[in-house]
Amino acid sequence: MNTRHLAVVTAGLGQPSSTRLLADRLTQATVRRLAEDGITAEVTVVELRDHAHAITDNLLTGFAAPELAAAIDAVTAADGLIAVTPIFTTSYSGLFKSFVDVLDPTALTGQPVLLAATGGTPRHSLALDYAVRPLFSYLRARPLSTTVFAASEDWGSTASELPGRIERAAGELAAEMTRAGRTVKDPWALGDSFEDLLKGV
Amino acid sequence: MQFGIFSVGDVTTDPTTGTTPTEHERLKAMLTIAQKTEEVGLDVFATGEHHNEPFVVSSPTTLLGYVAARTEKLILSTATTLITTNDPVKIAEDFALLQHIADGRVDLMMGRGNTGPVYPWFGKDIRQGVNLAFENYALLHRLWHEDVVDWSGKFRTPLQGFTATPRPLDGVAPFVWHGSIRTPEIAEQAAYYGDGFFANNIFWPRSHFARLIQLYRERYEHYGHGTADQAYVGLGGQVFMRKNSQDAVKEFRPYFDNAPVYGHGPSLEDFTDQTPLTVGSPQQVIDKTLTFRETFGDYQRQLFLMDHAGLPLKTVLEQLDILGEEVVPVLRREFAALKPAHVPDGPTHAARVAAKAADQQPALV
Repeated sequence: MNTRHLAVVTAGLGQPSSTRLLADRLTQATVRRLAEDGITAEVTVVELRDHAHAITDNLLTGFAAPELAAAIDAVTAADGLIAVTPIFTTSYSGLFKSFVDVLDPTALTGQPVLLAATGGTPRHSLALDYAVRPLFSYLRARPLSTTVFAASEDWGSTASELPGRIERAAGELAAEMTRAGRTVKDPWALGDSFEDLLKGV
Repeated sequence: MQFGIFSVGDVTTDPTTGTTPTEHERLKAMLTIAQKTEEVGLDVFATGEHHNEPFVVSSPTTLLGYVAARTEKLILSTATTLITTNDPVKIAEDFALLQHIADGRVDLMMGRGNTGPVYPWFGKDIRQGVNLAFENYALLHRLWHEDVVDWSGKFRTPLQGFTATPRPLDGVAPFVWHGSIRTPEIAEQAAYYGDGFFANNIFWPRSHFARLIQLYRERYEHYGHGTADQAYVGLGGQVFMRKNSQDAVKEFRPYFDNAPVYGHGPSLEDFTDQTPLTVGSPQQVIDKTLTFRETFGDYQRQLFLMDHAGLPLKTVLEQLDILGEEVVPVLRREFAALKPAHVPDGPTHAARVAAKAADQQPALV
């Protein structure tokens, strides 16, 4: 019964995409670290490219089509999240932000999140801390201290710090997820009677 | 089961002709549509309240007063009245007056409004939206049910020995529906007072509204007004019909594709699949509307959105003809055959006056 749900959101636009590649590496490392602690991970990968039209539709109509709704439910109910975006023009991609915009602003509260990004050059790596981290802080999620940035050169260099950084970040996420399963707030649960709600006016 | 239509009163360019009605033309069209609603044998006409373009109805009681004079049986309702930004004293008086003029044919649907800027225009704070809905309705309820009211609250000047004028017709206040798209607290409010709950049921998937209505039904029973299946539920819906379903799809598509609320988003086919929208033959409308009962339980009122997205008046009147001749008679028969005896009919003034009189009869010894 020792299982945890891990959600992975990846916003790469190409197929194959280096963003997805990084997401997979992080996922594998996290699943392995959890297994070392005797925990089975149930993984849901949400490739935002597959939901790009549905995300736009959701922005316009206010509701999610069934497949997108299932993806949102998996992400918001997860015990831990790996979020990977390409860096476009100094920040997370528009598709990545649009997906975040269709989530309920309280849905990620308390969720440990491993932040990761890909970009052409290492000069973009700080975008994780000045753009992506504040987004998740605003959502009251719990972004981990270690973030993972992969520039193009990381994929071909034996001197790259990438593998070590993936291990460190995965270890942090696994530790957070091991500690306790997350309790998700039921938006339909009314704690008070209506008399109490009236008194609160 | 009561059937009717609800209008948001939007002024929208007809995408097939590029013509946009003036405010005057749109309002006159709404009056024509309201009268037509009675002519084709429907029970209810409801109109929204808005204070911003592209909507034209800022004063529903003015519009409904005219309709009251031109009709005999039609129930007149709002869809919705803004309980957050209107003064509850003015709502109590306006609707009681309309009730007298319309011989009781008046309902009220409460809502919080859909645009943020409306709040400051009327001196209110949107962050207090839910609290405004609670407190203002608590006062409105007392003004209708108590002849003399002493009141002090957070959002309005206090009242001492105040009597809202005129008193509700026959001592029975208009029936109130609480409309909500997403707020469980509003379903709870409706249940607490034993009022009706209306789910607009047009833009979102039915699974969402099913949860809201289930919550309302459970809490209605919890507060002792009856069993969960006796609670008063109203539903919206939107339809576009032609004899052949392909013709309906072909004619409605440009209106759908350019509608301010969902245009340039999902395809007509996806939207039809995912929401209660039906575009097709009268039989398809009948079939889909009957499924509402399976999802939501027996309910009391079905309103359709018919005049929107720039559809010309002529088309809307044709739609009402089809609805009145081919769809609603079948739905009436089918819903009535399925409804258990202990589930109440849609609320009417006459029935509520009779119920009140029965309550006041001395018990038989």
